[in-house]
Amino acid sequence: MPNKEQSDLSLIEQTLDTYADVPGSLIAILQETQETYGYLPMDAMEYIAKRTKTPIATIVGVATFYAQFRLKPVGKYLIMLCQGTACHVNGSELISAAITDELGIEDGQTTADGLFSLKHVACLGCCSLSPVMMINGVTYGSLTPDKAKKVIRSLAKEGGESA
Amino acid sequence: MRVVVGEGSCGLAAGAGAVYNRLQELLEQDGQNGVELGITGCNGMCFLEPIVDLYDDQGALHRLVKVQEKDADKVYAAATSGDLSHVSKLLISDEDAEFLDKQTRIALRHCGVIDPENIEDYLAHGGYKAITKILTTGMSQEDVIQQIDIAGLRGRGGAGFPTAFKWRAARDAQGDEKYLICNADEGDPGAFMDRAVIEGDPHNLIEGMLIGAYSMGASEGIVYVRAEYPLAIVRLRKAIKEATERGYLGNNILGSDFSCTLRIKAGAGAFVCGEETALIESLEGKRGMPRLKPPFPAQAGYWLKPSNINNVETYANVSWIINHGGEAFAAMGTKDSKGTKVFALSGKIARGGLVEVPMGTTLRDVIFGIGGGIRDGKEFKAVQLGGPSGGCVPASKLDTVIDYNELAATGAIMGSGGMVVMDKSTCMVGMARFFLDFTAKESCGKCVHCRLGTKRMLEVLNRIVDGKGEEGDIQKLEELCYAIKDGALCGLGQTAPNPVLTTIRYFRDEFEAHIDDHRCPAGECRELITYSIDKDACVGCTSCARQCPVQAITGERRNPHEIDPTLCIKCGNCKTACRFGAVLVK
Repeated sequence: MPNKEQSDLSLIEQTLDTYADVPGSLIAILQETQETYGYLPMDAMEYIAKRTKTPIATIVGVATFYAQFRLKPVGKYLIMLCQGTACHVNGSELISAAITDELGIEDGQTTADGLFSLKHVACLGCCSLSPVMMINGVTYGSLTPDKAKKVIRSLAKEGGESA
Repeated sequence: MRVVVGEGSCGLAAGAGAVYNRLQELLEQDGQNGVELGITGCNGMCFLEPIVDLYDDQGALHRLVKVQEKDADKVYAAATSGDLSHVSKLLISDEDAEFLDKQTRIALRHCGVIDPENIEDYLAHGGYKAITKILTTGMSQEDVIQQIDIAGLRGRGGAGFPTAFKWRAARDAQGDEKYLICNADEGDPGAFMDRAVIEGDPHNLIEGMLIGAYSMGASEGIVYVRAEYPLAIVRLRKAIKEATERGYLGNNILGSDFSCTLRIKAGAGAFVCGEETALIESLEGKRGMPRLKPPFPAQAGYWLKPSNINNVETYANVSWIINHGGEAFAAMGTKDSKGTKVFALSGKIARGGLVEVPMGTTLRDVIFGIGGGIRDGKEFKAVQLGGPSGGCVPASKLDTVIDYNELAATGAIMGSGGMVVMDKSTCMVGMARFFLDFTAKESCGKCVHCRLGTKRMLEVLNRIVDGKGEEGDIQKLEELCYAIKDGALCGLGQTAPNPVLTTIRYFRDEFEAHIDDHRCPAGECRELITYSIDKDACVGCTSCARQCPVQAITGERRNPHEIDPTLCIKCGNCKTACRFGAVLVK
C-alpha cells in the first residue's frame, strides 16, 4: 500500500496515552482514530502499531475485518443505504440504482467533488420505514427512487453553496 | 396533563424529535400550565410513529399517532385545556389499538411506558425489586438459578440453549475471576427488539445482568452493543451511571458482599460477532473469528476466564421471573418453549413493529391477528424467520405454533425474532440470493466450508436470477448446502444454507421457472422481466412518460403509450407512476 499520507499524529496522542497499554483495546483505539480523521490513515495505523507494540499486520487485519472502518476519506455527505431484509423486500435495490444513476457512484465510492459517498450498510433497525437511508445522522424513510434523488439534489445544492 | 413523546430510534427517524422540540418551545413560552413533558422508548407500534401519549389527570391514556411537527400546537392546546377535540383526528383507532391489546409483554413491559433516562421511573414501576429481593432475603446462587430453571427460560438470541444450564456451568467453573457478557450485537437484518429494550428500558437489562452475575459469581459485566445503535449506547451509559450512583452497581451492592460493575463495548460491525466465541475475540480487540469449542466460554471465555454470554432479550426476562416466580413464566407457552418471545414484524405487513406474544401462538395469529395481514390487501406468500440463519415459511405452514422445535421442523428457526413478511411480488430465488450475498460477505474466512462454500452457492444463485441457470443447479445448491452445514465451524456457516434450503423446499417451482423458462414469476428479477403497457387500460395521461429517466415511453396524450424495450432500464418508475394499473411486468 503506497503511503502518501501525512496525518497530524498528535491528534491521537491522547487516545494512545489512555489505551496503548490496556490489553484488548485495539478496536477502541481504531474507533477513536477514525472519529478524529474521518477514516484510518495508513500512517496513523503505523503509529498505533509502534505505540502499542503490535505488528502492523494485526492492526490492518482488524481494520479491514470490521465494516465500520474505512481506509479512505469519505465525502461531506455519507449516504448509508440500508440493506436489511425489510428494505430489500420493499425495494432497496431500486433506491441503490437511483443513487448510482444520480451521482455516478457505487457502493464504497465517493463522488469526484468529494460531496457524496455511498455505503451499503447492514440493517439500521428502522424496518417499518423501509426502504431507508441515513445521511449524516438523519434518517430518510419510505423512499422511492424519485424521493431519494430529490433528497440528494437538495443536499447537493446546500453542500455546493456552503463549500 | 402529562405529554409523553415516543423517542425510540424509529420514532426519531419518523420525526418525533421535531415534535418534542416544538412542544418544549411552546411550554417554555407559556411557563407552567399544568403540562408536564417527557419522553419514553419505543412501544413497538412503528407503523404509527411518531406517537405522543397524553395522560390526563386521572391517569387515563389518550394515544395520538402519526403526529407531525405541524400538529404540535394542537397537541399542546389539547394538553393545556384537556379538550381532546383539538386532536380528534390524531387519536389512535380502535383497530390499531388492538395491536398492543393482543400482546403479552414481559421483556418489553416497560418499553413505551417509562422514561428510559430516569431511574426514578424504573423504580416507580417495580424496578430493582428482584435484585433487592435476592440480596436482602438471602437467596443463594442456586436458589436464583433454580427459578430460571423452573421458568424454562431459553436463549432468545437464536439458538435457544437453556439459560439455567449455562449459568450453572459458569458458576461451577473454577476461577475467582468470571465475566458476564451481554450480546447486544443485533446483526440479524430485520430484527430490532434488543435495540428497543436498551433504548426503552435499559435498567431492566442492567437488573437482569446483575442477577446473572450474582448467580455465577461474576464481578464484571460487559455489554457488547452494535455501533449502529448510537442512541442505545447513550441511554445505557446514562443508566449505568445512575444505577452506580444509587448503589445498584459497584462495590457491596445494597450493603451485601456482592460487587459488580458494568461497562459498554461498542462493536465495529461484523455479523459473525453474534457467535459467542467470535464476540469474545472481538471484545479482546481482535478480528471477530470464532474459536473451536470446546472449551466453552463457561470454562474459558473472555481472556480465557469463565464467562457467560446471553442476549439482551434473555436478560430482559430475568427480573420478571424472580419477581413473579419461575412457575408464572412457565405457565405460558408450550412443553419445550416457555414464556414469551418478541418478534420484529416488518416487510409487506399492514401493521409493522415489535410484537411480544406467548410461545404457542400461531404465526397466523401474529401476522394476521396482530399485524393486520398484508399491506394493501395483497396475498400472503411467505414469512422469513430468523434472518440469514433462518428460513422462509410458506402460507401452508401458517398454523405452525411459535416453539423452538415446531419452527425448526419447518426448516426455519426461532432465531432472534426477525419476521419479514412477503407478498406475491417478492421473488423467492431473489430472497435466497439476498441472504447468501449477506452471509458470503459476512463469512469471517476462518473455515473453508463457509468461506468458499457460500461463495460458490452465491455464484449459482446469481446465475439463476440472471437467467443463466443451468440444469442441475438446484441439485448443486443442495449438495453445497449439506456440505456447508456439516463442515462449517460455527453457527454462521452451519445455518447459512437454511434460507436456500427452505426456499427450494417450498418454492421449487420458482427455481425451475427461472432455470427452465427464464422467467421470474414474481416479476422481480431484472434480467428476466420486460415492461409493457396494456393498451386497453392506458388512458394516455402521460405520467409514466414523464417519470421515465431514459425516455423509453412514447405516445400521444389521451392515446395508449408504448415502452421501447431496447431503451428500458427496468427501473420501475412507470409502474409506480401509473394510477390505472396499465404497466405490465412479465
